[in-house]
Order: sequence, then C-alpha cells, then structure tokens
Amino acid sequence: MTGREGTATGGWVDRVLGINGWFVFLFLYAPIMVLVLYSFSGDRNVGTWGGFSMEWYERMFANDALMRSLRNSLVVALISTVVSTVLGTAAAIALERYRRWATRGAFDALMYLPVIIPDVTMAVMLLMWFTTIGWSLSLNTIMLSHIAFNISFVAIVVRARLANMDPALDEAAADLYANRWRTFRRVTLPVIMPGVMGGALLALTLSLDDVVVTSLVQGPGATTLPVYVFGLIKRDVTPEINAVSTLMLAASMVLVMVSLVLQRRGESEQTR
Amino acid sequence: MKRAVILLASMLVVAGCGLGNGDTADGDVAAGAECEPGQVDGDLNLYIWSEYIDPDLITGFEGELGVNVTETFYDSNETMLAQIDAGGAAYDLVVPSDYMVETMIDADLLIPLDGDALSNLGNLDPDFTNPPFDPDGAYSVAYQWGTTGLGFSYDIVPDPAELSWGLIFDPEMGAAAAGKIQMLNDERETLGAALKYLGYSLNSTSEEEIAEAAQLIKDAKDRIATFDSDAYDNLLISGETLIGHGYSGNWFTAFDAADAWDEFGYGIPKEGGTAWVDTMAIPTTAEHVCTAHAFINFLLDAENGAALTNFNYYASPNAAAEEFILPEILEDPAIYPPPDVIANLEFIAGVGDAATLYADAFVEAKS
Repeated sequence: MTGREGTATGGWVDRVLGINGWFVFLFLYAPIMVLVLYSFSGDRNVGTWGGFSMEWYERMFANDALMRSLRNSLVVALISTVVSTVLGTAAAIALERYRRWATRGAFDALMYLPVIIPDVTMAVMLLMWFTTIGWSLSLNTIMLSHIAFNISFVAIVVRARLANMDPALDEAAADLYANRWRTFRRVTLPVIMPGVMGGALLALTLSLDDVVVTSLVQGPGATTLPVYVFGLIKRDVTPEINAVSTLMLAASMVLVMVSLVLQRRGESEQTR
Repeated sequence: MKRAVILLASMLVVAGCGLGNGDTADGDVAAGAECEPGQVDGDLNLYIWSEYIDPDLITGFEGELGVNVTETFYDSNETMLAQIDAGGAAYDLVVPSDYMVETMIDADLLIPLDGDALSNLGNLDPDFTNPPFDPDGAYSVAYQWGTTGLGFSYDIVPDPAELSWGLIFDPEMGAAAAGKIQMLNDERETLGAALKYLGYSLNSTSEEEIAEAAQLIKDAKDRIATFDSDAYDNLLISGETLIGHGYSGNWFTAFDAADAWDEFGYGIPKEGGTAWVDTMAIPTTAEHVCTAHAFINFLLDAENGAALTNFNYYASPNAAAEEFILPEILEDPAIYPPPDVIANLEFIAGVGDAATLYADAFVEAKS
C-alpha cells in the first residue's frame, strides 16, 4: 500500500520502503505457503510434490494419538493464555500504577526472570518443583508451567502500553466520581486493550510451540502437538504434520480476524 | 542442539533429585514383582517415541486383557530419563535405547524383570539376550533394532559393497560429493563413524583417539553440508545431498514412500557401523508392574512382534516372528544385514566419564 502511494507522490524513499514491505511479507509468508501447499501433496515425503491429494487430512483425523496431542495443545494454550493474560495484566497495573509498596523493586526484577532464563533451566526447575511438592505430572502441570512463564511476557507487553498512557485520564475519571473498578473498566482497560491483546497472542504462541518445558513436565497421556512432532524421529515426518499445521494456521487466522472485527466494532462504538 | 539442551537438563535433574528420589530408588519396589504370564494389575501407562508402535497392537492388547493403554510420547532418551528420574509421573513401561538402559540401571531407575511372567522370552534371538548394556537382559527386553549407516545416491556409489566412510572423511574420495554430504547431529554416532573409519572402537574412551576422530570431522567440514538428525532422508531424496548419515528405518520408509529404490540405497560402510537397539523396561516408579510384564510378553509373541516390524520397518529381535514378517523386509540386507556385516557392528555402550569428552570434541569439531 505504501508502495502505491509512494509512486503517486514520486518519493523514492516510499518506493524503497514499499518494496521492503513486500520482501518482509514474502519472507514471513512464503514458508507458510509452502507448508500449506505440501499438506495437499500425494507424496509421503515432505518437500516432494506428488499431485493433489486430501490423503493426509484423512489420515490426520484417523490418527487418534495425533488428534489427542492436538487437543491437549489447544486446551493448554487456551487456558494458560486466559489465566496468564488476566494475571499478567494485573501484575503490570500493580507495577506501573501503584508505586509505593515495599517489595515492589524485588517483584519488578523477578518479573523478568522467566523471560531471560533459558528454557531448560525453567523446565528443570518446574519439574523438580512439582515432584518436590508431590504433584503427579499431568496436563495440569503443563498448564501451570505455561502460565508461569507467560505471565511475565504478558506483563511486559501490557506495561509498555501502560507507560504511554496519560495518568491524567485516570485522575479525570476519579474527578468524575468513577470508582476504581469503573475507572479500570471504562478508561484504563480500553486504552491498554491493544497491549492486552498483544500479550495474549504472544502467550498463545509461546504456549502452542513450547517443547522443552512441556516435554519435561508432561504427564501420562498429556503429550502436546510439538512434543509429538519432535518424537517422530523414529519414524518420519509426513505431510500429516503439514495438515495439522495448516488446520491450526486456519484456526489462528480466524481468531485474529474475529479479534480485529471485535476491536473495530469497539472503536466505532467509542467514536459514536 | 536440542538434544544437548535436554541432556543438560537431565543431568541437572539427576544431580538435583538425589533427595527426592532416594526413597523410590532403593525401596521395596526394586525387589521385583511376581506376576503370572498375562496377569494384569491395572491400566498401562506407556511412555514411548511417537508412532513407534502400531496402533492396532495397542487395541489388540486392550481387547485381549481388558485394560486401557495411555500413550505418552517423548522425543529423546534424555527427556525420558529426566522425567523418570524426577519421579513425578508413574509410567509403567518405557522404551529406552541401549546406552540409556545402562544409565538407568546405574541410577537404580529400573526394576529387574520377572522371567516367569515372560513366557514368550524364548522367542528372542540369542544375540539380544545378553547385550553389553544389560548383562543377561535382567532389566530390559529388546524392542526393535537397526543400524546406522549411509544412505546414498547410486550416482556416487555404484557398488554398495564398496561403501566406505572414506566418502566423507577421505579428501580424495570425498571430493565427489563435496558440499552434498550430511552427517547426524549426534556426538556418539558421528564421532563413532570417524572412530570406525580410523579403525578404533566406537566406544573408545581414549582421549587421543576421540581427539583424532574430532579432527577428522573438522577437516571434512568443508565437504559436509549440514549436521542434521531430523530431515536427512528428505535432503537425500530431494537431491540436496548425495550422501547421508542416518538410521536404517528412516531411510527405508523414505525410499519406499518416494518409490526411489532404483536411485538410492542404504548400507553399512565396510569399516563397520553402529547397531542400536531400543528396549522395553519397567521404571521403579511403575504402578502396574504386572500389566507392564504382560505387555512385554504380548510383544514377544511371534505374530505381534512381526506386526510391529511390518509397521515400523525396523528389524525385530524376535526370532520366532520372522515367519510372519513381510518377505520384502526380511530379504532386505539393509534391514537384516548378512552375518559378515553384523560381525562389524557395535552397540553404542555407556562410556562413563568419557561422555563429556565426546560432547566437547563434537562441539569443537563442528565449530
């Protein structure tokens, strides 16, 4: 789009930026297109075209173990995203808005720990924690682990948004006799909503593709999709995996569309 | 890379869990179970690699013995070790590879098997009843086995009998496929190949020999396109490599699928290669020990053992199963190598403290 406008005004900077934009899109989406394309390939090898076929989609739905992994992944991702978004947003507000509690500094520093700590360390820590307190590993321990590392990511994203929000808005709401909850609900939350959504999407992504932590804290029957895929080394990765990925891709695109539509509607209501 | 990361993780767990795990490791469970053949004591928690077992065998076992099987999947021996060692999940049956069996026995993580419950044990090929990693097979029963060797294009290797590690390590022979060679991203396998080429044992614990092998890989690095353990079969078939280092079963499924047996072959270089064997073993944390024995016994059955091989294309350690295995698998020298080739194969055994030598040398060789 920038490219077209650039040509109209004749600015070469715009044109270069436009071309760059297309390259970025190509770089991001070409691999995805290839993945989707090969999910319809009749050949068993990923990367060899064998004519159009829906075989892998049929096999995928017939593969109980694969379907269970997919279901586990979705359950873990959805629940951990919702919980960590709520907790992460609350933590961000606490850190950004209420500056005078005693252990704030320590809490602030600890918040970044799960972000900078290597995955393995996190995985081992969680595994040992669960066994020390005597919890048996299951789908729940995966969820808790994902919530544990996702809170920090959500909090950081939301904080960035909060930092740019004019505190006078809150004060104005208070001046107009809004209580704290109304201030949050009608003023703060709408302003930071893009940050919250961004944090939630980040959490969803991190949860969906985590292997290292999940493989160590999973329990009987709780294998998630990425762990399943990595476990395929004794066999072979077939386009069945492309088919699952395509399905998930379609689902996440629908999700993003829905959230965009909801956001648009929210904005138009606000302007009205 | 990932494997190294998980290895680190499992070492951390092993180091850190001394406290929590002590009671299970030397507790009464290890005294061994007493089960009758086919006796079950609850549902089975199976911990195995993805798609390594025919789903029909699982349903067959469930139907025959009236229990449920819950499958959980792992992606490396090291992940499995970390979980078992931490003891948080009660898996009844695991499928560790050879060297991992030794590690787990040393760490008191496996219970001795009850021979009385394994009435089909006699079906096992004698080659697998007394493996170096588990003398007398006291703790493990072989599940499937295979070899690690070279997949190649006939353009480069017209005569499989002349297959040599020199195609990778010899500067002159290697020139033909320069830049189109792949090796496994695995310190024991890849250094093991170099050790074999040099005429040493692939379980060498000598610092000099390992260093020599590492240097060989370093010198060959300009000709090696990639160190990859996941997609090497696709690389060969798509023509991006001409010679690839990898596990037997993967090559076969790939050649079969691409219908490309005329173009590609797999073999064990004349200097020798690795034989690996995955086994079935029962962790000390198991809660349904008799069901686990029943499952092992079920897979030791001739027809079930054959079904497994017909599903995953790996050779069966089950001698009685051979009459039910598809002839195309049985007659394939790459899956069932002739005796003179077998004589040149070595299992990867635990090397104790030398494990870090291998890890360091491999990182150094690749850098």
